Amino acid sequence: MLKGNSVVSISDIGKDEMFELFKLADSYSRSVEQGQKIDSLHGSIMATFFYEPSTRTRLSFESAMHRLGGSVISVSEAKSSSVAKGETLADTVRMAASYSDIIVIRHPMDGAAKLARKFSSKPIINAGDGSGQHPTQTLLDLYTIRKELSGIDGKEITMLGDLRYGRTVHSLLLALSEFDVRINLVSPPLLRVPQHILDQVSSRIRIRVTENLNDVISESDVLYVTRIQKERFTDETEYNSVIGSYIVNSEIASTMKKNSIIMHPLPRVNEISPEVDADPRAAYFRQAANGIPVRMALLSMILGGK
Amino acid sequence: MDTTLKISKIKDGTVIDHVPGGMAFKVLSILRVDDLHENSVSIGIRVPSGKMGQKDVIKVENRYLERVEVDKISFVAPEATISIVKNYNITEKYRVELPEKVIGFIRCINPNCISNAREPVSSEFKLVSRAPISIRCEYCERSMSEREILQNL
Ligand SMILES: Nc1ncnc2c1ncn2[C@@H]1O[C@H](COP(=O)(O)OP(=O)(O)OP(=O)(O)O)[C@@H](O)[C@H]1O
Ligand SMILES: [Mg+2]
Ligand SMILES: [Zn+2]
Repeated sequence: MLKGNSVVSISDIGKDEMFELFKLADSYSRSVEQGQKIDSLHGSIMATFFYEPSTRTRLSFESAMHRLGGSVISVSEAKSSSVAKGETLADTVRMAASYSDIIVIRHPMDGAAKLARKFSSKPIINAGDGSGQHPTQTLLDLYTIRKELSGIDGKEITMLGDLRYGRTVHSLLLALSEFDVRINLVSPPLLRVPQHILDQVSSRIRIRVTENLNDVISESDVLYVTRIQKERFTDETEYNSVIGSYIVNSEIASTMKKNSIIMHPLPRVNEISPEVDADPRAAYFRQAANGIPVRMALLSMILGGK
Repeated sequence: MDTTLKISKIKDGTVIDHVPGGMAFKVLSILRVDDLHENSVSIGIRVPSGKMGQKDVIKVENRYLERVEVDKISFVAPEATISIVKNYNITEKYRVELPEKVIGFIRCINPNCISNAREPVSSEFKLVSRAPISIRCEYCERSMSEREILQNL
């Protein structure tokens, strides 16, 4: 149950509750569009601690809380303020719990949000910890697929790029394994999904691993693109030789199904050419916008506003 | 006569039997048997065993194991039997058992795991498989194989 509880991992949200959350997000989305004022979380305070830079996630959490009539307190540079003084995350969270009703944390270490939950008397929302979980990104990704393609079951989803280090990919993959979907994992061999993640999902869904986007692009309902960082390669010539085949341009987009979508957690650098933006299949800006109603719905369900 | 008895007979202490051949050294390091260890210890390495073909046996005089020591031994010798000897007789005998929850004594192999940071928590793992042994960190969710566990015990 979400009410009064933390969301550290996507598995903290049951499937039924997830669909309830999506419906609430639909209704918030309409209210915001129509300029309706919502005041359901008036008097509630959300504290944000970002130990790692983030623009989108942080702004969308803060915007979501304001849209619900709540207030926000935040430490602009959590890293410089408390870590520098040698304070543990445990102590920071204990303090924050007495200043607020809900705490949002982004931290560079894996499992930080779980640790925070242990020491907090108030619900914690994980806004990304290390290479681990990023459940609200996953929620908005699933919400986007459901909204754009009117459902998740039965779809074929292709993930492209850096599948090894990207936490959004891992989190989404785990979440999708609860649905009846087919997954294609397209990456250079160096950047494949780690085995321990594959082990958790491969018994439940059909997964195809390939280096070649052409093998799967024409059947895909969703193309989920992530960035490949140069630093992941020790050898620049190797990077240069593979990178070209993972850049999505109009030519590639045109081989996709008419009703398919292209997603990206953003920020994008050069992995999707700007020329694709005008294609109706380019869903990444709509996806980013979904971050607000989805986070509104999550805050509202946890804090019990109506 | 039991071949392992040839090694030595102790009056009081603990016998750790059915340790896989060659793993006695790991058990000794878990028990911190080093140059400063004061009690007598007899060790049989790769002695013939009906059940296991070959096994190691360790007999420590005047010493009884703590829970955490037994838990650690279960990772290097999941089949081990522990016998407590009092006045030459076995007064208690049990088999080690892999703990469902492993708290505090194994370091998470992931250097970026929050359980390795300066925070007031112990490491924490769940047993996910007995054969082969595999555990999963409750913080970062990274799994550790048998080999990785032995290196971080
Ligand atoms: N007084 C003693 N001093 C030292 N070792 C002992 C003593 N009594 C028993 N042992 C050893 O303790 C272990 C367990 O003894 P036990 O008589 O139960 O063995 P067992 O009949 O071979 O049983 P198992 O099925 O466990 O092999 C054996 O390795 C045995 O050699
Ligand atoms: Mg015997
Ligand atoms: Zn860990």
